[in-house]
Amino acid sequence: MRFVDEFRDAETARALAARIASLCEPGRHYKFMEVCGGHTHTIYKHGLEDYLPEAVALVHGPGCPVCVIPMGRLDDAIAIAERPDVIMTTFGDMMRVPGGRGSFFDSKANGADIRMVYSPLDSLKIARQNPDRQVVFMAIGFETTAPSTAMTVLRAKAEGIENFSIFCNHVTIIPAIKAILDSPDLRLDGFLGPGHVSTVIGCRPYEFIPALHGKPLVCAGFEPLDILASVAMLLEQLAQGRAEVENQYTRVVPWNGNPKALQVINEVMELRPYFEWRGLGFISHSALKVRDSYAAYDAEARFPVPGVRVADPKACQCGEVLKGVIKPWECKVFGTACTPETPIGTCMVSSEGACAAYYNFGRFTRERVRVAIGP
Amino acid sequence: MTSEQHVLQRIEAARQRKPRIREERITLSHGAGGKATHVLVEALFLDAFRNPLLEPLEDQAVLCVGGQRLAFTTDSYVVSPLFFPGGDIGDLAVNGTVNDLAMSGARPLYLSCAFILEEGFPVADLERIAASMAAAARAAGVSIVTGDTKVVQKGKADGCYVNTAGVGVLERPVELGAQRCRPGDAVIVSGPIGDHGITIMLARGELDIESDVTSDTAPLHELVGGLLDAVPDGIRALRDATRGGVATILNEMARASNVAVVVDESTVPVRPEVNGACEILGIDPLYVACEGRFVAVVDGAAAETAVAALRTVPGGEGACVIGHVKDDPPGLVLLKTGFGGTRIVDMLVGDPLPRIC
Repeated sequence: MRFVDEFRDAETARALAARIASLCEPGRHYKFMEVCGGHTHTIYKHGLEDYLPEAVALVHGPGCPVCVIPMGRLDDAIAIAERPDVIMTTFGDMMRVPGGRGSFFDSKANGADIRMVYSPLDSLKIARQNPDRQVVFMAIGFETTAPSTAMTVLRAKAEGIENFSIFCNHVTIIPAIKAILDSPDLRLDGFLGPGHVSTVIGCRPYEFIPALHGKPLVCAGFEPLDILASVAMLLEQLAQGRAEVENQYTRVVPWNGNPKALQVINEVMELRPYFEWRGLGFISHSALKVRDSYAAYDAEARFPVPGVRVADPKACQCGEVLKGVIKPWECKVFGTACTPETPIGTCMVSSEGACAAYYNFGRFTRERVRVAIGP
Repeated sequence: MTSEQHVLQRIEAARQRKPRIREERITLSHGAGGKATHVLVEALFLDAFRNPLLEPLEDQAVLCVGGQRLAFTTDSYVVSPLFFPGGDIGDLAVNGTVNDLAMSGARPLYLSCAFILEEGFPVADLERIAASMAAAARAAGVSIVTGDTKVVQKGKADGCYVNTAGVGVLERPVELGAQRCRPGDAVIVSGPIGDHGITIMLARGELDIESDVTSDTAPLHELVGGLLDAVPDGIRALRDATRGGVATILNEMARASNVAVVVDESTVPVRPEVNGACEILGIDPLYVACEGRFVAVVDGAAAETAVAALRTVPGGEGACVIGHVKDDPPGLVLLKTGFGGTRIVDMLVGDPLPRIC
């Protein structure tokens, strides 16, 4: 497949692996966090850890949009979805996320009209086709998906579609990274920066990481070779005693981001004073809400929502997993009470969630693989 | 033993436990052919109907009547849309049941067919479906000998559902079954995978992706016949790769035989257009349904003969070995990725492609 196979070439990978091994200082251990769930997925899907020396550990970060949705917000969304006049539309990933009273899937089986879409524009299409129903889009994601949500609101306004609104759960990446850097129980040597978020916000917003925390960050692409190359770039910086923001994903990420996309977000949305993140708690200025001037498209303004905060299940350690403090398998309920079929925590739901990725793709030890497959 | 190994052992123990349905209501996952379907079948239906013929949970039962071995099976078809590039619900309903019979090594003979129709369904569409069933039956050498029709009120069904049941006769002394795989065996697929699932997904027109890919719906009994002629003793198990795709079948086999299956991703045949669509949609082709492909586990020593034989039969030109059976880790399917890494291939969870057949 053109434009894909080039980034999955095993021979180039072996060369990069050799370079990574040669950059490791003997006796030193390195811990890098891949911020984005898309990276976590790539790492497990392609078995990338097989190329890394034991001295380099990848820690999975908080950048999985589905994983950070708190249970209370999902209950609010379900309350809206269960109104007889409402068609709730959502990305497929959200369907199995457990709230305090079950998931979208359960609610759908109980009669709520919940439909999976691939884009908010599909949701707008459903609104056009059902003028007598209220169509709500469950908007989730970081700066990557916020522009398309905002564009859809602008389109709805331009077309005069009045039965469409969004339930806005968009979050921003920088406050989450700050929360992780401030977390006392985690020691990282550097970051693989979230490539797709950076196409929108650019590389500048990360500059505080080397400046204030002395740690390097490399904006990384999503193909397996991108990730290996980015790990090599991080090790190179450390070997040379540098800590900077670098861009590996230059074919997609402009240094200054996408001003047009940022402008569209800014037109429709503004920062919330605070927002609850699953496992991370309340983080100030970490999420977006619909501006008052677009209140007609804000499901929170249009429908009453319970707005009740639901504590995460006691046994669930998604917070520690999202912060990279523990590995997925170190969670008490991992793989036994909490599985992809019956998830307790959000990290077990999305294919970008660290727990789901580890459970689905990595549930074995290296030694056994070596025996089964050979060197 | 490391603490990670402890956790992994605990998980395997949890997976061995008797399945239990936790949901209060049926969700779409229960029909997707993945884990939820398995739990439903094992915890509810098998529990209720338990008998030695049902227990192997193969796609067909093999019965002995008057000294003659017969294969017996049934399947319902709810595909949406009803007509799609390369086929329609009619030929799907014939080929699907013919294939379930063929996977036991039987020669398919007779089918039944039952229609559940929604009030208002166009007669012209029904004529088209019946004609395509007749043509598919002729091509497969089977007769449709009995049937039933029900009509439900508008809104109580989606146009047309079809059920077929089939009977075939086992003329060879073969014993096939998912529990018969052994270390050293080879895993073969009969051709490129995923065509049907991707065709249906694109035919729904929800995705604005255009492609020339067409469904692979086809009867497989001649291909199976060719395989059994060439390797009469070396075939362990056959399954057609429908819902849940090749990945789910390999998991079923690994678990039933308590062996490991190791697949080499670079050898798995996938058409470029199917691969492209999967890449865009974030789906693994190993989970995408086929309607005219099977997975065969054969004695490793006979693998070459088996592939050569399949390639001489129409429809088997793309047959190839995609992996091998090992002893450890038992019950798991491992994939050597095209990139050169390793990962697990688990059963399908959730439902990326509803109503595919």
